Amino acid sequence: MKAGLLRYVPLFLLGLAWEAGARSGLISTLALPPLSAVVAAWIELLKDGELVSNGAASLWRASAGLTLAIVIGAGLGIFMAWWRPVNVLLSPLVEMFYPMPKSALIPVTVLWLGFGNSSKILLIFLGCMLPVTIGAFNGARSSEQALVWSARSMGANRLRMLWDVVVPSAMPELLNGIRTALALSFILLVSSELIAAREGLGYLIGFLGASGTYDAMFAVVLTVALLGFAADRIYLVVMQRMLRWQE
Amino acid sequence: MARDPLAELAREPAASRWLQSAAWGFARVFSILALALGWELAARSGAFTPYMLPALSAVLERIWHDLIAGDLLLNTAVTLYRALSGFVIGAIAGIALGMGISRNRLVNWFFDPIISVGFPMPKIAFLPVVILWLGVYDVSKITMIAVEAVFPVVTATVVGIRSVERELLWSARNMGAGERELLWQIALPAALPQIITGLQVALPIALIVAVVTEMFMGGYGLGGAMNTASRFADSRGVFAGIVEIAVLGYALVKGMMLVRRRLLLWHQEAVAPSTA
Repeated sequence: MKAGLLRYVPLFLLGLAWEAGARSGLISTLALPPLSAVVAAWIELLKDGELVSNGAASLWRASAGLTLAIVIGAGLGIFMAWWRPVNVLLSPLVEMFYPMPKSALIPVTVLWLGFGNSSKILLIFLGCMLPVTIGAFNGARSSEQALVWSARSMGANRLRMLWDVVVPSAMPELLNGIRTALALSFILLVSSELIAAREGLGYLIGFLGASGTYDAMFAVVLTVALLGFAADRIYLVVMQRMLRWQE
Repeated sequence: MARDPLAELAREPAASRWLQSAAWGFARVFSILALALGWELAARSGAFTPYMLPALSAVLERIWHDLIAGDLLLNTAVTLYRALSGFVIGAIAGIALGMGISRNRLVNWFFDPIISVGFPMPKIAFLPVVILWLGVYDVSKITMIAVEAVFPVVTATVVGIRSVERELLWSARNMGAGERELLWQIALPAALPQIITGLQVALPIALIVAVVTEMFMGGYGLGGAMNTASRFADSRGVFAGIVEIAVLGYALVKGMMLVRRRLLLWHQEAVAPSTA
C-alpha cells in the first residue's frame, strides 16, 4: 500500500508545482487558477448540485450506450465465429466501419434524436460496438478445437457447447475489447456533450469555459478525467476476477 | 471428349480453392452493395424524410459537387494536415519518452505514474483548457491530437523494449556493443513490431480527435464542414461528411498496414502467413 502510494509521488509534485506556479504569479491565474481554488470550486459545484445532476446524466448515457454495445456487440461477434455464413456477410461491413472515426457520427445522431440522452446513447452504442464485436469474434474463433471436440464427444449439443465452451474461451479477448470500448465511451461522451448537449459533464465544461469561470471548469475537467481513470481501474479489477479460473 | 479422371482429380483442389476465394470476394462486395442499396431504397421508400435520411445517390452527388468546387480537397487536406502533424509529434515524443522510461531510472520514476494515470483518462475533456491556453487555431488542435496520440505509443514502446529477448542483448554485449549501440541497433529494432502496433492504435485516435476539435471550433476541415452543415440543417452535407471521413479513416488505416509490412520485411511476421 505504502509502496503503491509512493509511486504516485511525481503526481503530487506536479500538483505542488501547479499551486506554486499559479500562486507566485509566474503563470497568470486567468490561464491556470491555483489548484486550491479549483478544489474550492469543486466543493462549491458539489454543494449546489450541479456536479451531481450533470454527472448523473453523463453516467447514465455512458452506461446505457456501453451496455447496449457490450450485449449486442458480443452476441454479434460470437455469432459470427459460430456460424460461417454470418461471418462471410458481416465481416466486410465490420472491416469497413471499424476504422471509421466514430466522432463523425455526432452530428447525425443529433439530427436524428436531438440534443438529449438518446442521441448520446446511440452514439456510444454505435461507437463502442465494433471493438467488442472484434474481441468476441477473435476470442470465440480461437477457442481450442480440442475442447470443442471433447465436448462434442461427451454428447454436448451445439447450444450447450456454445455456452460452456465457446463463450468462456472467448472471454479474455472479449473482456479486452470491452476495455477498449470503455475508454472510447468516455471520449465519445465528452466530445458529444461538448459539441451538442444541454446537460452532462461535457456540457458543463463548455458552459463554464464560455462564461469564464475557469476554476470551476478545471474542477469539472479533472472530475471527468478521474472518472475515466477510476472506471478503467475498477474494470481491471473486475476483469481479473472474472478470469481467475484461467491458468 | 475423353477425360483423364486422375488429372481431373488433381486439378480439383485448385479449382475449388479458386471458387472459394471467388465466393469470398463476391460476399464482400455483396454485403457492401446490399448496404448501399438498402440505404437508397429506404430513403426512396418515403419511410424517412429526406432530412432524416437523404438518399445515397443525393449524398454522392453532394460529394461530387464538393469535389468539383474544390472544398472537399481543401477540407481533407486541412484535416489530414492536422491529424498527421499531431500524430507525428505524438509518435516521436512517444517513442523518445518510451526509450527514456526504459533506459533511465529518473525518467521512469517521474513519467511512469503520469502515463499510467493519464492513459485511461478521456483527455478530450481538456479541450477547452487547451483552447484557453493556445487559442482556436491549428496549434491547439494539433496539441490536443498529439497529447491523445502520445499515450499508446509510449506504452507500446516501453512494453516492446522491455520484452526484447535477453539472449539478444547478452550476445550483442558479448560482441562488444556499447549501451548506445545496444539501444539503437538491438533494442529498438527488436521492439519495432510493438511500437508500430502502438502507432496503429494512435493513428485512428488522431483522426477522431482531429474531427472532434474541428467540430468544436468550426472553420475549415472535414469536421468543421460537418459542423456548418448540421447548423444549417443541411443533412446531405452531414451525411457527405460521414462518408468522406469514413473513407479517409479507412485509407489511413490501410496505409498504416502497408507501412507496417514495409518496415517489418525483415521480421518473422512478414514471412509467416498472416491471418489478420
